[in-house]
Amino acid sequence: MTEAIDPTVFYLIVFVLAVFVGYHVIWNVTPALHTPLMSVTNAISSVIIVGALLAAGSGGEDFGSIVGAVAVGLAAVNVFGGFLVTQRMLEMFRRKQPKSGEKKS
Amino acid sequence: MSGNQVALWYLVASVLFILALKGLSHPESARRGNLFGMIGMAIAVVVTMAIVENRVPIILAIAIGGTIGAIVSRRVEMTQMPELVAAMHSLVGMAAVLIAIAAVNDPAAFGIPDPMPAGNRLELFIGTFVGAITFSGSVIAFGKLAGLGKHFRLFSSAPVVFPGQHLLNLALALAMIGFGVAFFLAPDKAWTAFAIMTAVAFVLGVLIIIPIGGADMPVVISMLNSYSGWAAAGIGFSLGNTMLIIAGSLVGSSGAILSYIMCRAMNRSFISVLLGGFGGAEGAAAAGAEQRQVKSGSADDLAFLLANAESVIIVPGYGLAVARAQHAVKEMAEKLIEKGVQVRYAIHPVAGRMPGHMNVLLAEAEVPYDQVFEMEDINNEFGTTDIALILGANDVVNPLALEKGSPIYGMPILEAHKARHRGREQALDGRRLRWPRQPALLHGPDHDGVRRCEESDRGRGEGAVRERWQWTVGSGAADEAMRASRLR
Repeated sequence: MTEAIDPTVFYLIVFVLAVFVGYHVIWNVTPALHTPLMSVTNAISSVIIVGALLAAGSGGEDFGSIVGAVAVGLAAVNVFGGFLVTQRMLEMFRRKQPKSGEKKS
Repeated sequence: MSGNQVALWYLVASVLFILALKGLSHPESARRGNLFGMIGMAIAVVVTMAIVENRVPIILAIAIGGTIGAIVSRRVEMTQMPELVAAMHSLVGMAAVLIAIAAVNDPAAFGIPDPMPAGNRLELFIGTFVGAITFSGSVIAFGKLAGLGKHFRLFSSAPVVFPGQHLLNLALALAMIGFGVAFFLAPDKAWTAFAIMTAVAFVLGVLIIIPIGGADMPVVISMLNSYSGWAAAGIGFSLGNTMLIIAGSLVGSSGAILSYIMCRAMNRSFISVLLGGFGGAEGAAAAGAEQRQVKSGSADDLAFLLANAESVIIVPGYGLAVARAQHAVKEMAEKLIEKGVQVRYAIHPVAGRMPGHMNVLLAEAEVPYDQVFEMEDINNEFGTTDIALILGANDVVNPLALEKGSPIYGMPILEAHKARHRGREQALDGRRLRWPRQPALLHGPDHDGVRRCEESDRGRGEGAVRERWQWTVGSGAADEAMRASRLR
């Protein structure tokens, strides 16, 4: 290969592999936890906050950093709300006292 | 911190996100998984904070947003999860649009050359319109789920359709792409094309969601979940951030898979859900015609049956949650278990208003998750079960789905009609009762019904409450009621 790989091609490779990983990991999620799955994916997609941080923290008080700060705020609602509500739900999924003789792993 | 170090930390965060999702394969590992997710997010934020200059407004914004998020997450009721999730999707979408605006305004802040190269513009265009559609679509979905249709017609849970709708959507989609291409080809910042493209995308998001009826909301939420992920991935492409691409793709594929599962569980094709118009008239025609024998029974009778059964499967539907009867059911189940009756819960994939909703509602009532089974795991068990107790669910157990020509034909159902019961009139056969091969369907306000069963169970023979209950046998008419309960 004579020329360097275009970054976009590189990102495309990452993208395709990530979709592949996602596909396999998600099919393994137990249906009972699909609601927590949704809330946690919500929290994870708010990792978009890093883009907002770059915009907000670029220095200066210009239009871009204000828009960025608003985006940081919106994403932060999701980050905290998403993970905490997921945690709250998962706390409910507990095996109770082994009174019922059933066992299922 | 060097660019390489940052990228490596982002890699660590990405791996932690994957582990967070992987943990959800089992309830016990899920809590740890969620912790991984939080750590990943903390790493992502702290590392990014380290490379930006102006931190005061950021910390302020995080504090405000985080406080709101934390409060909401504590206050929200489990029945309101669909609304919450829809609202959070809209925030992700809006954040994506805002970041795109900031990127157009000042590409240098993101390390993108100014003027922005064409490739980045294309990616930004994709991230922006997906984000905009996610935002406005989720707002509509939120309105429909929260039942705001009384106040604002666009939020009506009935499908909003008008002539030429699909044509209009197509025209808008083409316009959006046209302005996107103009933005892509323009030599300078091209604010106008960008602004029009974004505005059209917002409108399109509204138009895509309004024709979808309330019964299809589980699909819609999953779909918007997917969109929010693709929006994040699109932004990741244009900012050249691999962590965003990875996280976005994970979320995008998660939402896509959930949409697929929901469609399959309702026997609906994804396209027909998108084209909308479901949940209205077509179900009503079939209802009413199919009313068959109705037997009446008292709560006493049911209590007697339950106490003498060896195994009971409870089929909860959203109606149960609406009546807030989960706790009563759980108490009853505990009593039965004490008597040595095997009690299990059978959950249809579309029970509740979003994927897995019923499981959460039962978990909230402290039903141990190892008593709760999914459709595929328990369907074979109905044949050897004494009583199938159907509470607030209809469609999902309706044997009509097995008959050609019925409106719900082909929808996978819980085969409750196979439960063993012979009629309660029939005599004791040794220690065992024989029942008709029909499930009992306890109508009436679920909560009271269950309570009464419990009371009469306790005080049998002491003149316990004698409320009349109808046990619809071979329920046929009930699908409309189920639809109605899901539409609310």
